[in-house]
Amino acid sequence: MPSPDPGDDLAEARLQAHFDDTIARDRRIEPRDWMPEGYRRTLVRQIAQHAHSEIIGMQPEGDWITKAPSLRRKAILLAKVQDEAGHGLYLYSAAETLGADRADLTRQLADGRQKYSSIFNYPSETFADVGVIGWFVDGAAICNQVPLCRTSYGPYARAMVRVCKEESFHQRQGYELLLTMMRGTDAQRAMVQDAVDRWWWPSLMMFGPPDDDSPNSARSMAWKIKRHSNDELRQRFVDMTVPQADRLGVRLPDPELRWNAERGHHDFGTPDFAELTRVIQGDGPCNAERVRRRRAAHEEGAWVREAARAHAAKSAARRDGHAHHGATEGAAA
Amino acid sequence: MTGVDASWPLYEVFVRGKRGLNHVHVGSLRAADPRMALENARDLYTRRNEGVSIWVVRSADISASAPDEKDPFFAPSGDKVYRHPTFYDIPADVPHI
Repeated sequence: MPSPDPGDDLAEARLQAHFDDTIARDRRIEPRDWMPEGYRRTLVRQIAQHAHSEIIGMQPEGDWITKAPSLRRKAILLAKVQDEAGHGLYLYSAAETLGADRADLTRQLADGRQKYSSIFNYPSETFADVGVIGWFVDGAAICNQVPLCRTSYGPYARAMVRVCKEESFHQRQGYELLLTMMRGTDAQRAMVQDAVDRWWWPSLMMFGPPDDDSPNSARSMAWKIKRHSNDELRQRFVDMTVPQADRLGVRLPDPELRWNAERGHHDFGTPDFAELTRVIQGDGPCNAERVRRRRAAHEEGAWVREAARAHAAKSAARRDGHAHHGATEGAAA
Repeated sequence: MTGVDASWPLYEVFVRGKRGLNHVHVGSLRAADPRMALENARDLYTRRNEGVSIWVVRSADISASAPDEKDPFFAPSGDKVYRHPTFYDIPADVPHI
């Protein structure tokens, strides 16, 4: 809305200054605060993408619930997939505080207009994949999400605190599952190694493109939405995972991986970022299937939502009827 | 896809972590009616014994002050330093005060 009034520009400059000052002091921006349009847009996009990732992330593991080898593993997996649904809902709730509409976000995911993490476009081929997803994918998610607990937007930060508390169970159940398989037969150990080989590089891609090819990163860091660069977080994940792989007795499929005493970090190879771009653009092994299934679940649930709405309307009418009746009696007495 | 969800109102959820504590706002959810909002709130916000009591209230029913801390709304309490115990000088040798 263009305004000829110079007073409006002045007011906007004051609001901007107050916003900048809040960010500079490491205070949180809260839902009804004034914020630059770009900040709001960036957050809605990031939070929605994050929420969609949690929701789509239910699929690769959900595929194994009915095939889990024991009741214990089935119960654990069920609880974990339920957590992913919960994480998606915490995040949609945060997005709604920015004026986004949940139904609209769901539609944008189903229409392929909004993205989700590239990692969930890979298939979970064996039960060892369930363990490796917990160990790598949830481990990488923890690296990404722990700094987000201090992100500048209050509702997003608070959602992340809840998510991180629960994510630790996810990573540990995965690693424990793998430890158990490694104590089993040769075939089971081979299955674990195979899953590690397939998931390692896609897991490293979860941190996004390299820093010099990440156009929006600088702005997100200035706004303190993002606290560490993609490459920093990727390094942190590698350093964290290498000793865990040693302890487990598996080999990470990277010939360039070695400890660099000078840097105090592991050196490692470069993920195939062309593959990352392809998968993000829709050309991964499971993109079409993941979105098709999400859309089907939503459409098949339509009658449930309508029934609940009809039930709510009916009970509200019945309540109003009673209240009216009661009021009449009261008046008579 | 129809926007059926859009007709489910938004509820804010408050959870009492344990006896002796206040209910604290934990987030929001969509539900068709208050009963469903309570059950969904239980499944969403108390999966790990985080609560002993839940309130849900339609978001549309909440009236809120403007969030800006510098808002004149809070100004009346800014200049009344005599409401704080530290405003009063008491000699150091006076016990129990």
